[in-house]
Amino acid sequence: MQSMIKVRDLARTYQMGDIEIHALRGVSFDIHRGEFVAIIGPSGSGKSTLMNLIGCLDTPSAGSYELDGLPVDLLDTELLAAVRNRKIGFVFQQFHLLARGTALANVALPLAYRGGISSHERLERAAAALERVGLGNRLDHRPHQLSGGQQQRVAIARALVNDPALLLADEPTGALDTATSAEILGLFSDLNRSGMTVVLVTHEPDVARATRRLLEIRDGRLMRDVPTSEAWTSQPVPAQRRRRLPVRQQWRIAP
Amino acid sequence: MTAQDSAGELGTLRAHEAATLDAAIDDLLAGGISWRETAHFAFETLRTNPVRTLLTALGVLIGVAAVIALLAIGRGSQESITSSITANGANLITLRPGASTSGGVRSAVGESGSLTLDDAEALADPMRAPNVALVSPEYNGSAQLVAGSNNANARVTGATPVYAEVHNTTVEEGGFLTEAQHRSAENVVILGANIATTLFPDGGAVGEQVRLSGQNFTVIGVLKSSGGTGFGSVDDGVIVPLTTAQRKLFGARAVGGSWSVSTIVVQATSAETVDAAAEEVATILREDHDLPADGSGDTFSAINQQTILETVTQTTQLLTLFLGAIAAISLLVGGIGIMNIMLVSVRERTREIGLRKALGAKESDILLQFLFESLALSGVGGLAGLILGSAIALSVNLTGLVTVSLSWDVALLAFGFALAVGLFFGIAPARSAAKLDPIVALRYE
Repeated sequence: MQSMIKVRDLARTYQMGDIEIHALRGVSFDIHRGEFVAIIGPSGSGKSTLMNLIGCLDTPSAGSYELDGLPVDLLDTELLAAVRNRKIGFVFQQFHLLARGTALANVALPLAYRGGISSHERLERAAAALERVGLGNRLDHRPHQLSGGQQQRVAIARALVNDPALLLADEPTGALDTATSAEILGLFSDLNRSGMTVVLVTHEPDVARATRRLLEIRDGRLMRDVPTSEAWTSQPVPAQRRRRLPVRQQWRIAP
Repeated sequence: MTAQDSAGELGTLRAHEAATLDAAIDDLLAGGISWRETAHFAFETLRTNPVRTLLTALGVLIGVAAVIALLAIGRGSQESITSSITANGANLITLRPGASTSGGVRSAVGESGSLTLDDAEALADPMRAPNVALVSPEYNGSAQLVAGSNNANARVTGATPVYAEVHNTTVEEGGFLTEAQHRSAENVVILGANIATTLFPDGGAVGEQVRLSGQNFTVIGVLKSSGGTGFGSVDDGVIVPLTTAQRKLFGARAVGGSWSVSTIVVQATSAETVDAAAEEVATILREDHDLPADGSGDTFSAINQQTILETVTQTTQLLTLFLGAIAAISLLVGGIGIMNIMLVSVRERTREIGLRKALGAKESDILLQFLFESLALSGVGGLAGLILGSAIALSVNLTGLVTVSLSWDVALLAFGFALAVGLFFGIAPARSAAKLDPIVALRYE
């Protein structure tokens, strides 16, 4: 099976004044096409840093990262923007929809940045993406006219519209209630079953349980790489997280 | 990552993999949003925030309106001053006795008699002065006019028939001087419009008798009112034959066998030849009066209408420039207003910028979007200011206090300046937006 993501000794060091912060200390793993992976870890573990690197929003201090055959760590910022546009579909905790635009306009936005697609085709593809997430009847609604779950569906449609290699979701259910969370996770599962590679970044075990593989990050290192079904037989993760939080909080702050 | 690093790494890849990669990177580079699309985003933002857009554009609006209105008023004044000067004829050279040069020994300054009818005839010689069209010798004085119980003090001009053509004077009633009346020094008079009204309030002046310095004169015409005031206005003067003025009224001296004149007005063939004509006139007078050819001993002064015009034009242009500068400052303040709002807007929309970058917007895309926004703000303000400024100028025109002159070049200049201001003050906010780190921007609360 072909590697969609190939990460080797990936490290990221931030400079804060005179202090060097080693947010990621060398991580290696592969994610194959069609996998459904959760990256978990407590706040300050380095999972956000890893997500930013995988999402091509940040460049590593050391190591290599290959996404869909592209040596991302070698690309300049302009190319990274194009990679984000073509290869990655982002889903955020806060949805990040443009309040002024309709659902259709929001979903069509990545296609505009791709370029070379007529506005008619863009809207058509946006409508198809909304259809796919079950919002075919809400095309002209604005974000404030939609529920939280529906807004997140719009965001997922936006992530799908460019037919990305990777769906990268950062705490996608963090702003939703339990029932809606389940719906959204179900949607991710459906998308994964249809062949989409999905990576969820979360600190909630309940969310991680929806996935099939678990990458646990601790202190900037990959601590566990196990199938989700085997993850919680012995070690309860949440209890530890609460104890460690105050000490590591500084790592949450990006430079 | 430098290109060299990249090349080194790629060198380790197998050849066909490198080729695939090249193709993939070419593909990535090929795409991108068009500037039209980016402009559309910018306009969309402005359209959905109409109040903020209007308030921001207001500064530029007022600036452009001020530029347009003030320059229109300035230009209007300039044009009306110029036209009042050229009403007398733009191609006239007025010769008067008296030295025009400063310094040196000046003899017989202001002494009438240094210009004579002989001089006038010499100047009218087309062989010696090819650029001179007409020569009008004149004798000026003032006298008391009495008609019945009415009297008036008037400037009296002794003139030849050519006077009417040189000074563009039009006779309202009756006729102008004839050659015969001039030759035989008849006691005829043509009244200026104001003098005619004073002496004959009920009209019907032509054919009546008036007493001028105790002598009886017949009114043969009344001049059309020129409407002008101040020096040179013919409305407050009367015209008599030159010979009459010289011999019967003011007792002009004979100099070297020729009657003296107080002024010789020379009309050049056109406005372009005025300078050449002035040169010819000066040369002839110096030759005939045995004066140094370099002009150091001139006993006459030549006032060129063109020179006066240039001086006045310079002055009014300076005034217009001054008004324009004040208006431009207000336009600049409008630009600072745009910058202020755009900086706030970038702060406000940090998360939107982060999102756009995450979705694939390049730095240049964000830069362009915000530049378009400030350009559109200044453009809208400029356009509205154009309309408002023109409206102000036209309404000032309607009051009749000042004439205004609206022109396309000023409008284009003001609008162009507004756009330049928008661009200039838009750069800093747009750059700060473009430089935002998407990771930080997406988490911005």
